[in-house]
Amino acid sequence: MPLCAFRARTVTKKGEPMALGSRWDRLTRSEAFNGYVLVSPTAIYAILMLAAPLATIVAYSFFKDGYLTIIREFTLENYITTWTDPVFRAVMLRSLMVSAMVTAATVLLAFPIAYYVSFHVPASRKARWLFLITIPFWTSYLIRVFLWKVILGYNGVINSGLMNLGLIDEPLTFILYNVNSIVLTLAHAYAPFAILPIFVALEKIDRALLEAGQDLGESRLMTFWRVTLPLAMPGVVAAVLIVFIPTIGDYVTPQLIGGGKIPMVANLIQARMLDLDNKPMGSAIAVSAMAIVTLVSLIFLFMNRRFLRGQR
Amino acid sequence: MKFPALRAYALFYLLFLYAPILLLPIFAFNDGTIIAFPLKDFTTKWFEQMFTTPALAQAVKNSLIIAVSSSILATTLGIFAARASTRFAFPGKAGIVGLIMLPLVLPEIIVAVSLLVVLLGLGIKLTTFTVILGHVLICTPYAIAILNTAFSSLDRSLEEAAYDLGETKWSTFRLITLPLVMPGIISSVLISFTISLDEFIIAFFLAGSEPTLPTYIFSQLRFPKQIPMIMALGTVLVLMSVILLTIAEYFRRRGIAKTGGTDTGGFL
Repeated sequence: MPLCAFRARTVTKKGEPMALGSRWDRLTRSEAFNGYVLVSPTAIYAILMLAAPLATIVAYSFFKDGYLTIIREFTLENYITTWTDPVFRAVMLRSLMVSAMVTAATVLLAFPIAYYVSFHVPASRKARWLFLITIPFWTSYLIRVFLWKVILGYNGVINSGLMNLGLIDEPLTFILYNVNSIVLTLAHAYAPFAILPIFVALEKIDRALLEAGQDLGESRLMTFWRVTLPLAMPGVVAAVLIVFIPTIGDYVTPQLIGGGKIPMVANLIQARMLDLDNKPMGSAIAVSAMAIVTLVSLIFLFMNRRFLRGQR
Repeated sequence: MKFPALRAYALFYLLFLYAPILLLPIFAFNDGTIIAFPLKDFTTKWFEQMFTTPALAQAVKNSLIIAVSSSILATTLGIFAARASTRFAFPGKAGIVGLIMLPLVLPEIIVAVSLLVVLLGLGIKLTTFTVILGHVLICTPYAIAILNTAFSSLDRSLEEAAYDLGETKWSTFRLITLPLVMPGIISSVLISFTISLDEFIIAFFLAGSEPTLPTYIFSQLRFPKQIPMIMALGTVLVLMSVILLTIAEYFRRRGIAKTGGTDTGGFL
């Protein structure tokens, strides 16, 4: 690199026209070449550490599991076993349901916040609001999840507080170790993820369109319904995907809040991979889960295609 | 304010976001082994216990090594990618950038499992080094998101002026570009550091027998006796991340002001 830089300088110093430079000089000056050279360290890292490992688990999922080894022989057995296993089906269905509930709760609760910050907070204070919203997201995820266990537990903050106030005589048992408490915890953890994309979409809306709507005789509510909401939909779609995809693979919350008795798909992958040390089976589950998530996301994108048209 | 109801909702929502964190200091200073009301006396013994636990000290040391290395490496890789994607057009850019940014939406368990399978397949021993490999991967997209803002608000004519005055590509980058994007770089290092310090799943799969701070906390949550100390530890961690993030936010805004851009808010 320093060599070509030196060469480029000597050429310009002599005042030679560019066309006389060698083919190599012309290549190093081209935009595409410079782009590739610059992006290559990061791209190579991503290929080695992400693309290759992903390809490996796809390959593993078609291999046979020998005792402590992997037999490199093509088989569909792992997939057949996985898809006919009632445990996998139950866990996958539960993961999809929990993620769908978390996504619905997060996005519905987040929309008014994004709307408030975008439309009713003075421009100078917007950054401060966003900062306040994102701070909890950056603080220890594990401890935040555990705190919900402390709040909802048998001897937890809610139960001990309510008993202390004399409102209940014995601890409420229905608030921990169930699907609802998992949904609550995840919705809390992923809240900022939903707010930011919706906020960005709302910020892009030309305010003159809203005035035009009202000038043409629409009520405030109808303007919101027919102008603001459709224009904000790309943000809502992004928020849905950004919350849905990571929550389905969450490991910590089902483990801590569900007490290990309500596993989601990540817990199943971990159990097959580490506890049972059956890597082909674990890979098959991971690949199946990824395929299902991708399929659901694509269906969702397809359903919302009219809002996304002309956005790119 | 035109919408008092909306404002009240927003404030209530903030309270909901912060409620669990606010409990941390309350129980960290509470002289009782059970996390419940009514509160007992004020005590600082849980904080003292933190400093006399050797396993915790080891976990902190491992985590700091991992977080410092990952944040520097991720930011370095981020600078390359952000510079390439904001300054140059090249065929296949969307695909390459898409792959680099993929960990942002891919469930972490998938990243962890696939890396684990490859590392074990190659016979590489699981240590703090293997955790760094994984953390660099997941921190890089965040670094790029921050650095993209820094690089794209850069005025290209400043660099062209430097070329015209006889500077080379490298010296222009060092003397003009780098100082202008420096606030973005600092912000990116701090954010990557915070992410790495907090990351659990990848550390859980790839750390082998070396505990990191989150895996240590996870292993202690099973013992009710240890919970008050974890609350004290949590208080310290939350305070530290708030301080780090405030500094990161300060540099991010200063960077935008320096290059004359407008603040679009938010890290993401």
